[in-house]
Amino acid sequence: MDTGIVGYGVYIPRFRITVEEIARVWGENPDNIKNGLLVEEKSVPDVDEDTITISVEAGRNALLRAGIDPQLVGAIYIGSESHPYAVKPSGTVVAEALNLSSKLMTADLEFACKAGTAGMQCCYSHVKAGMIDYGIAIGADCAQSRPGDALEYTAAAGAAAFVIGKDPLALLEGTMSYATDTSDFWRRDRQDYPRHGARFTGKPAYFKHVISATEGMLERMGLKPSDLNYAVFHMPNGKFPIRAAKILGFSMEQIEQGLIVKRIGNCYSGSSPLGLCSILDVAKPGERILLTSYGSGAGSDSFVFTVTDKILERRGKAPKIEDYIKKKEYVDYGTYARLRGKLKM
Amino acid sequence: MTYKSSVPLYWRLRKSKYNLIGTKCANCNSVFFPPRALCPNCRRRGKTENFRFSGKGKILTYTIIRAPPEGFERDAPYGVAIVRLDEGTNVTAQIVGDINKMEIGKRVSMVFRKIHEDGEDGLIRYGFKFQLIE
Repeated sequence: MDTGIVGYGVYIPRFRITVEEIARVWGENPDNIKNGLLVEEKSVPDVDEDTITISVEAGRNALLRAGIDPQLVGAIYIGSESHPYAVKPSGTVVAEALNLSSKLMTADLEFACKAGTAGMQCCYSHVKAGMIDYGIAIGADCAQSRPGDALEYTAAAGAAAFVIGKDPLALLEGTMSYATDTSDFWRRDRQDYPRHGARFTGKPAYFKHVISATEGMLERMGLKPSDLNYAVFHMPNGKFPIRAAKILGFSMEQIEQGLIVKRIGNCYSGSSPLGLCSILDVAKPGERILLTSYGSGAGSDSFVFTVTDKILERRGKAPKIEDYIKKKEYVDYGTYARLRGKLKM
Repeated sequence: MTYKSSVPLYWRLRKSKYNLIGTKCANCNSVFFPPRALCPNCRRRGKTENFRFSGKGKILTYTIIRAPPEGFERDAPYGVAIVRLDEGTNVTAQIVGDINKMEIGKRVSMVFRKIHEDGEDGLIRYGFKFQLIE
C-alpha cells in the first residue's frame, strides 16, 4: 500500500505562439477562438526538440526529485503520439540519456493523449507485483496539427515524468480505466497530421470517458468529489475540463491549480500529467488529488493520490512548472512554421 | 547530398554525447573530453577512468553560423561556442536560444537536443548542446 510517485519532473519548451497570431494568418476572429477554447497561447518546441529530448529533460528533473540511483530503475514507458521514429523505441534513447541500467523493461506506448497515464499504471503494477524497485513513466508530445485546422490553436509541446516506487511523495491509492471504440480523432500511417470528428469529440468521446472513469474511480474508493482537495482532467482546451468538473460535482477551486492549458495549450500525452505536477508543486501533505486523463479512440485513466510528508523535502530539488511557464519567448507564425517543419524545403 | 554520419561511430560515442561523459586521469587529475584512453601528461604512469562532467561552464569564445552545412539548414542561424567546463576542459558545441544574447564569459548549462538527422529516412542523432543561464 506504499507505492506511488517518488519523484516528478516537467519540461516545457520556451517558445510560445498566441491565439491572435494564428488567427491573424487564417483570418479568424481571435476573441471568438479564445472565448470558445479558453486558451491564450501555446508552447512551441525548438527546431532541435522532439518527444525524446523533452522526455529526457523531464526525466532528469524527476530523478533529481526522487534522489535515487538511476541504476535501480527497472522499467521505462514513454507515452506519446509523436514518437520521432515509427520503428525504434524512444524509451531506449531516453533510458541511455537518463543513465539507467540495461536490465530494463521498456516499450513505447501510444493511446492519443492518455499514453502517459497508461505508463504510470504499468510502472505502478510492476512495483506492486515486486518485479522492479522503481519505474519511470513519461507523458510527452510535440503535437502535430494541420495548418488552418482548429487543433492548431492548442496542439502544444511538453513532458511530465514520474518515478514510481516505494516511499512516495504522493501515494497512489487507486486507479481505474474506461475504454471503448470511439473514433473522435485519429492519424493514419504516413500521414503528417491527425484528423478529428469535429463536434463528435465532445459528448460521446471526451465527456463519456472522463465522466465514466472518474465516477467509477470515486465509487470504487467510496469517495465523493468534496473528499478531494484537487482534481485534474485532460485539457484539450480550457472549456472541456471545466464542464467535466461541473458535471461531476467538482468546484473551480478544486481544478484551478491544474488548469495549465490556458497558458501552454494542450500537451497531449503530457497534458493531464503536467496538470498533476502543477498541483504537486503546491499541495500539502495529507491532501488528496484526483487525476483523469483522456485519450481519443477512446479511453480514460483515473487515479487518486494522497500527498505525503516527503513532498516537503523533495519538491525544491528541481524546477517547478511555473518556472518553465514563465520562461517564454514569443514567435510569429512564420517562425512557428519553420520550427515545426511545416515548410517543406 | 546530405551529410550522413557513421552508425557505429555514433553508437560508440552515445554515452559521451548523451551525458557528457569523458575521462579523468587518476594520477594527475586532468580531465578529457572527448574521452581519452591515455593521459598525455602521465603516459604509462597515468590511469584514465570514466568521468561525468556537471554540464556547467562558460563561453570561452563563439561564432554564429549563417551559412550552415547541409542537413543543418533549418537550424541556421545558430551559435557554436567553445565552452570551458567547470571541471577544466573545453568542448565545442551548439548554443541554443537567442544568438544575440551570447557573450564571452557567459555561464551555460548542458541540455539534451537533437543534433542532426540523416535525411528523412536516416537516424536521428541526439546529444548535448548548451543553453545560456539567464
